[in-house]
Amino acid sequence: MHRRKFLSLLGGAGIASTLGTTKAKAASNASFDGYPDAMGVLHDSSRCIGCRKCEEGCNTVNHLPKPEKSFDDLSVLDTKRRTSATVHTVVNKYNVAGLDHPIFRKQQCNHCMEPACASACFVKAFTKNSDGSVTYNGDVCVGCRYCMIACPYSVPTFEYDDPLDPLIQKCTMCHPLIKEGKLPGCVQSCPKEALTFGKRSDLIEIARERIRKYPERYVNKIYGETEAGGTNWLYLAPVKHTELGQPVVGKKSAPELTAGALGAVPMVVGIWPVLLTGAYAISKRKEKIAAEDQKAAVAQAINETQSAADDKLKAAMEKAAKDKEASIERETKKAVANAEKEFEAKLAALQNPESEEVEESSKPEGDA
Amino acid sequence: MSHDQKKFWHAGNILTAIILAGGLVLTFLRFYKGIGAVSNLDDNNPWGLWIGFDLMCGVALAAGGYVTSASCYLFGMKHYHSAVRPAITTAFLGYFFVVVALLYDLGHPWRLPYPLVYSQGTTSLLFEVGLCVSLYVSVLFIEWSPAAFEWLGMRKLRNIAVKLTLPLTIMGVVLSTMHQSSLGALFLIAPGKLHPLWYSSFMPVFFFISSMVAGTSMVIFEGTLAHKGLHRMMDETHLKEANGVAFGFAKAASFILAGYFFIKVFDITMDDDWKYLATGYGAIFLVEMFGFVLLPSFLYAIGVREKNLKIVRIASVLGVLGIVVNRFNVSMVAFNWQLPAAERYFPSLMEVGISIFVVTLIITTYRFITTRMPVLFEHPEYKDAH
Repeated sequence: MHRRKFLSLLGGAGIASTLGTTKAKAASNASFDGYPDAMGVLHDSSRCIGCRKCEEGCNTVNHLPKPEKSFDDLSVLDTKRRTSATVHTVVNKYNVAGLDHPIFRKQQCNHCMEPACASACFVKAFTKNSDGSVTYNGDVCVGCRYCMIACPYSVPTFEYDDPLDPLIQKCTMCHPLIKEGKLPGCVQSCPKEALTFGKRSDLIEIARERIRKYPERYVNKIYGETEAGGTNWLYLAPVKHTELGQPVVGKKSAPELTAGALGAVPMVVGIWPVLLTGAYAISKRKEKIAAEDQKAAVAQAINETQSAADDKLKAAMEKAAKDKEASIERETKKAVANAEKEFEAKLAALQNPESEEVEESSKPEGDA
Repeated sequence: MSHDQKKFWHAGNILTAIILAGGLVLTFLRFYKGIGAVSNLDDNNPWGLWIGFDLMCGVALAAGGYVTSASCYLFGMKHYHSAVRPAITTAFLGYFFVVVALLYDLGHPWRLPYPLVYSQGTTSLLFEVGLCVSLYVSVLFIEWSPAAFEWLGMRKLRNIAVKLTLPLTIMGVVLSTMHQSSLGALFLIAPGKLHPLWYSSFMPVFFFISSMVAGTSMVIFEGTLAHKGLHRMMDETHLKEANGVAFGFAKAASFILAGYFFIKVFDITMDDDWKYLATGYGAIFLVEMFGFVLLPSFLYAIGVREKNLKIVRIASVLGVLGIVVNRFNVSMVAFNWQLPAAERYFPSLMEVGISIFVVTLIITTYRFITTRMPVLFEHPEYKDAH
């Protein structure tokens, strides 16, 4: 359990733990296909007459402030609107080329099966409930608005003008009413049965049946069946959904889009210190080797200098010795020569006594 | 004393004082009247300048901290040692004021610690960013603290902090890798809103690689500024090593930018986004890629080859601007690209004012620190000790 918590703190585990009550396994071949009994709403644009009764019903059951222009004023439909912090659903009018009448499309939170808002929220403020609704808990909200970035339909709205407690606002699919067994506010008020509330799986059947029965009335597409992993609100339309301002959203759910990046985190935490310590060790080792090489080189240089000096000294000594020897020899030779000379002189003096004086006077020369 | 006071009120400080005073007024408005009263943010455009500039650019441009400390302490480039303290100081201030700026953007700023201590949304990439940034700002504080301890003469604490250098440096790189990349990964969740030329499953990689460019460029750019204004605070070692740091980092930046250019080209090819190049967004993309990636890469290379500091400095300005351009493009220009012009975002003057206020706070604090603490010089009592 501790290990699990640690891993989940690192962001590696629990892709689907966003879903609040579900504990889906990350990185397994199990997938979350939505709560089996989750409810949803099917909006059929071919039935919608743009009467704004759903907007009124939403406003009433959610106790939202009354708008300036009354809900009976259909001129509002002439400008494109979006939901806001005080308006959780709007109906827009689309004039489609080639059609003699406008088409209306209702917008509100689509209640994704794997909500991007919940996946993106870093304080788990959003919950995907088993009834299919996605609800929000303002008590933990930090107000970072990442849910608004993440939502493929730009549904969440923010109370920008509240300095103290600005919260995210969006349709809750009337989660409290569903719990009481009642219909969502908008569905209750629709006079044309353009809105059908029911189990999502049933709604898909109904939608398919309508397309099959009246192929001329619908394009063959249930918007929301696969969008962003599937939504609990579904749409049928007589024209392409992009004509009704519905964005092209891939099949991938938010967790699928981010799982790779999140999964890389524990890998970085695990392997980076090893590589970096390795880099450190390599640079240390290089330094050490360089230091040793340097030391060796210095030692060698000293040795070489030393031996060169020794050789020089030796040579000098030898030379000196030689010189000394030579000079001794020379001196000896000189001395011997002198002695011989002297001897010869004495000998001559003895043989010729007249020249004795001369010979004697030259005597100190020989000593020198 | 009176002489000093006269000197204190020079043009730079007067401008600083005016900006700070204006910033306080805007701060009051923001917290008294709400985000809506000062910003152009709306339900379609929940993130604007405060996220795109203060957070995205702030974090990227503070990457000099991990880049410099890693090259000096981990990769053994000892001759960058005198660049480490200024880089760590900038990084610490950068991150600290990223958090400060974030308080303006958050609806409930006082709940900022919630994701860490109260309700952990571990599936969110923003959670990862928050966790890493909060850890990293603490790491940076400890890495930076020896400068303060030396200034205050607290030898024991200083020695403890210095002993932690190696593990802190490693942690710094790990945390930076994660949150720099996670800032890019934040947008993975919105493929429908971000223009395909910028949206890629490799956004985390792009953000991480470009953060290294931001780090190296910022060290050079900041060095240029510091040499203008704070030359007197630099010791001989710093001055002697400064050019080597600039050329070394320029070389690194040149290579990284070139690599970045190629992975972007590969990405465009893999996603088959070539067709968008002929559109208006394509033009913006090409300006970013050629003017702010390839051009600084070449200029850096030429500057290094010619040993021309001036060219290197020009390249560093382009490198820094390039990061700003890229982060702006991802978070604002190319975000919500499919919305009609009337529903697009452009920052209000007051938003710009608050961003300028935050930048001024960083510069003022940097000046306060570097004119007192041993950042650009070694403390005489601790010479050769670190």
